[in-house]
Amino acid sequence: MFKNFFPNKILSLTNKTINNLIILFIVILLVGLAYSLFISPPDYIQGDSVRIMYVHVPSSFIALGCFGFIGIASVFNLVFKIKLMPLLAKSIAPIGCAFSIISIVTGSLWGKPTWGTWWVWDARLTSMVILLLFYIFYILSWRFISNFEKANKVTSVIGIIGSFNLPVIKYSVDWWNTLHQPSSITLTSAPTIHHTMLIPLIIMFFGLIIFSLIIFLMKYKTEVMRFKMDKKKNFK
Amino acid sequence: MLGKKVKSRIFFLVVSLVLFASIIFVILRSLEENVVYFLSPTEIYDNEKISFEKTIRVGGLVKMNSINKNETSVSFIITDLKKEIIVSYDGIVPNLFSEGKGVIAEGKLQDKKYFIASKILAKHDENYMPPEVSKALEKSNN
Repeated sequence: MFKNFFPNKILSLTNKTINNLIILFIVILLVGLAYSLFISPPDYIQGDSVRIMYVHVPSSFIALGCFGFIGIASVFNLVFKIKLMPLLAKSIAPIGCAFSIISIVTGSLWGKPTWGTWWVWDARLTSMVILLLFYIFYILSWRFISNFEKANKVTSVIGIIGSFNLPVIKYSVDWWNTLHQPSSITLTSAPTIHHTMLIPLIIMFFGLIIFSLIIFLMKYKTEVMRFKMDKKKNFK
Repeated sequence: MLGKKVKSRIFFLVVSLVLFASIIFVILRSLEENVVYFLSPTEIYDNEKISFEKTIRVGGLVKMNSINKNETSVSFIITDLKKEIIVSYDGIVPNLFSEGKGVIAEGKLQDKKYFIASKILAKHDENYMPPEVSKALEKSNN
């Protein structure tokens, strides 16, 4: 049904749509940054360094979410052989990779003034580094395995194995003693972030999601075009 | 509804996923000692094989009114509200280090109640709020 539907639709995606999204992104980003840097209050213990949170938390969330998507796409890809799955997953990987780097770097910058160290090897930080390694492994496999079918299989396996790391990252702060604090926003209870800090966090979150969407659409269009061109070449 | 091929793929995938998940579980279980970043005073008290030579980490809350600061050194009590350990440390503590807050000390046990730290890390909790709100909360608690 949607075997060829989606890839063709993406090709009719015009620059106008992208431009509109970029404008939306810039507006949300400006509001979010103004709110998180100037309007929102400093924290009662951490002071102004809490403002790193407004980039750190959304980035970590997107980094995990992207790999979750890759994992699901990999399962569907191996089981049902849906052609668009590998292209979707391949397009989303660089976004997740970039955001996991941002998450680790901002986390490190945040750790120095609060914990008193740039880095420790506790369960949360270590499992986050493992996620980054899986991203790199995944992206490099696409790049260096030239045969599409073979690359498709290898990356799907990497995607599925790497997904096992996601619950470990998420629950590492609950399962073991870590230096990293537990989650402030959970499904089961009210957030432990005051609403004056929660609002900029949510705005920044939406801003970065839209940014990810823009990058994804552009990358996905490129990947679909490349896939079709390779196919044509093979027929000749 | 599903083809035979698809069914066998699902079967294969589920079996390998279950196997893989259990392997990871076993690995994490056996590495538990290394995965845990710090021990609580109670865990140290209960552990009979605890090493006095190796560098370990103790974590908990800084007991109220327990901080003694000299010019270059500081001593305080780490508590998990059941057991306590006295920690002494030469050096500068992180800004967030304060009474009633989380702390992790890295160093060596002298005995089960006395610990010499070579590094102090402040641990903070998942609560974020403006200073005014925290003051208001304190007032309403008193």
